[in-house]
Amino acid sequence: MAYGRGSAAVRALEHVSLQIARGEFIAVVGPSGCGKSSLMRLISGLHPPASGDLRVEGKPVSGPLKSVGMAFQNSNLLPWRTALENVLLPLEIVQPYRSDFSKQKYAGKAKALLESVGLQGFTEKHPWELSGGMQQRTSICRALIHEPEILLLDEPFGALDAFTREELWAALRDLQAARKVTVMLVTHDLREAVFLADTVYVMSSRPGRIVRRCPVAIPRPRDLEVTYTQAFQDIVHELRSLIGKH
Amino acid sequence: MDRREFSIRVVSPLLFTIALFVVWEIVCKALDVPLTILPAPSDVFGALWQYRKPIWDNSFVTLWTTLAGFLIATLFGLALGIAVGWHRALYAGIYPVLIGFNSIPKVAVVPVLILWFGLGEIPAVLTAFLISFFPIVVNVATGLATTEPELEDVLRALGASKLDIMRKVGIPRSLPYFFGSLKVAITLAFVGAVVSETVGANKGIGKLMLDAQAAFQVPIVFAGLIVLAVLGILLYAATAAIEARFTGWAFRGQANR
Repeated sequence: MAYGRGSAAVRALEHVSLQIARGEFIAVVGPSGCGKSSLMRLISGLHPPASGDLRVEGKPVSGPLKSVGMAFQNSNLLPWRTALENVLLPLEIVQPYRSDFSKQKYAGKAKALLESVGLQGFTEKHPWELSGGMQQRTSICRALIHEPEILLLDEPFGALDAFTREELWAALRDLQAARKVTVMLVTHDLREAVFLADTVYVMSSRPGRIVRRCPVAIPRPRDLEVTYTQAFQDIVHELRSLIGKH
Repeated sequence: MDRREFSIRVVSPLLFTIALFVVWEIVCKALDVPLTILPAPSDVFGALWQYRKPIWDNSFVTLWTTLAGFLIATLFGLALGIAVGWHRALYAGIYPVLIGFNSIPKVAVVPVLILWFGLGEIPAVLTAFLISFFPIVVNVATGLATTEPELEDVLRALGASKLDIMRKVGIPRSLPYFFGSLKVAITLAFVGAVVSETVGANKGIGKLMLDAQAAFQVPIVFAGLIVLAVLGILLYAATAAIEARFTGWAFRGQANR
C-alpha cells in the first residue's frame, strides 16, 4: 500500500493484516518511521490509500469511519471549549446523537465519563487550566463519548512524563475493562504495549510489514507491579530484539 | 483592580494627558503664539464650550456615519474573509484584486461617490466602509488559513463535513483575529468618514472644521480635533471591550502560559 502522490509516493506499508476481536486490546509497535501512524490514519480513513486496498470488517474504507474514536499524541483539545464541551464535540457531529443534540441532554453522560478517568471537578476548566495528563485524559474521553466500535490511539502518552504516563496506563486499563471497547494502540513504548495489550504486533521499518504477532499471556487485571516481573521483562526483551539492531 | 493596578491603568494615563495640555498651555503663553497659528488649550476648550451645540450635532453625524460604515464593513468583511479562507482558489483569485483596491487612497474615491450619491451622509458611510473592510477580510482569512490541521483532524476523524469543520473549528479559531481586526477597522472607518466630510459634505465634524478654517476660527478647528481624538478613543475602547468579552480564552491562555 502506497501513501502520498506521484513520485513523492512512499510505500509505507506492505501486506499488513491485523485481526482484532471485539473487545480486544491490540498494540502495534515498531521503529520510528515504520508506518505505524500511517496505518492508523488509513484505518481511520483520515488518509485515503494511494494504491492498494484497505478493508475494515470486510468493507473497503473510503472515508472516515463513523464507528471510530481517535486520540492523538497531542490532546488537540479546542482551547475555547471547556473539558466538558470538548468531550461533547463528537456528539455534535456523529449520528444518531447529532440530530437531537443538546448540551443538557448529554452533559451527564460526558461528566460520568470524565469522572471515570478521575477528572471530577475539572469539567468546567479550559484546556490551559489542565495539566498535560488531564488534557490527554479528556482527549481519550472525547474519543469514547460516541461509543465507537474501535478506539484508535496514536501514541497518546508520548508527550507525557514517565509517572503521568503510568498513571494514564492504569486509567486506560480500567476504562477498557469497564467498557469492553476494542482498542488499537500505536506506540513505540514496548512496556506500554505489553502492559496494556492482549496482542502486540511488531512492525519492521519501511515499507512496514508485520514481523511478529505476540500474544501477551499475562492475566488481567494487571497491576503496575506486573511491569517489574520476570515474565513481563522477558516479553519486552523479546520484542526489543525484533526491532532493528543497535 | 487593586491599588497598584489602578494607579498604572487609570492614574498614569490621566496624569500624562493633563501634563500634555499643561505643557501646551505654557508654551503658547510663554512664546505668545498667535491664536491663528496655535491656540492654547484654554482657548480650544473655550471654543468647545461656546460652540457646543453645533459641535454636538455634527459629532453625532460623524459618529453614526462611522458606525454605519463600520457595521457594513464588519458583515461584508466577515463574509468575504470566510469565503476567501474557505477555498484556496478563491483566495488566490480575490487577493490581488483586494490588494489593488486597498492601494487606492480612499480620498480619491470620495469625488466619485459624491458624483453618484450627491452631498450628504451616504458618501461618508461608503468611504468608512471601503477603507475599513480590508483588514477584517485579511484577518479572518488568515485566522482560517492558520487553523492547526491537527484540530481539523479531530473532526475529520469523526466524519465531519467541511461546513462542520468551519463551524466548530475554523470560525471559533479565527474569532480572535476577527475581533483584533475590528480595533483597526473602527479607527479606519472613523478616518474614512471624516476624510469624506472634509472633501465634500453638508454635515459632520470634518465639514465643521473645514468651515471654521475658511473663517479663520482656528480654536474651533482645534476643538474639532479634540472631539475627533475623544471619539476615536471611545470607539476603540468599545471595540476592545467587545473583543475581550468574546475571545477571553485566547488572552487568558497566553496569560497563564
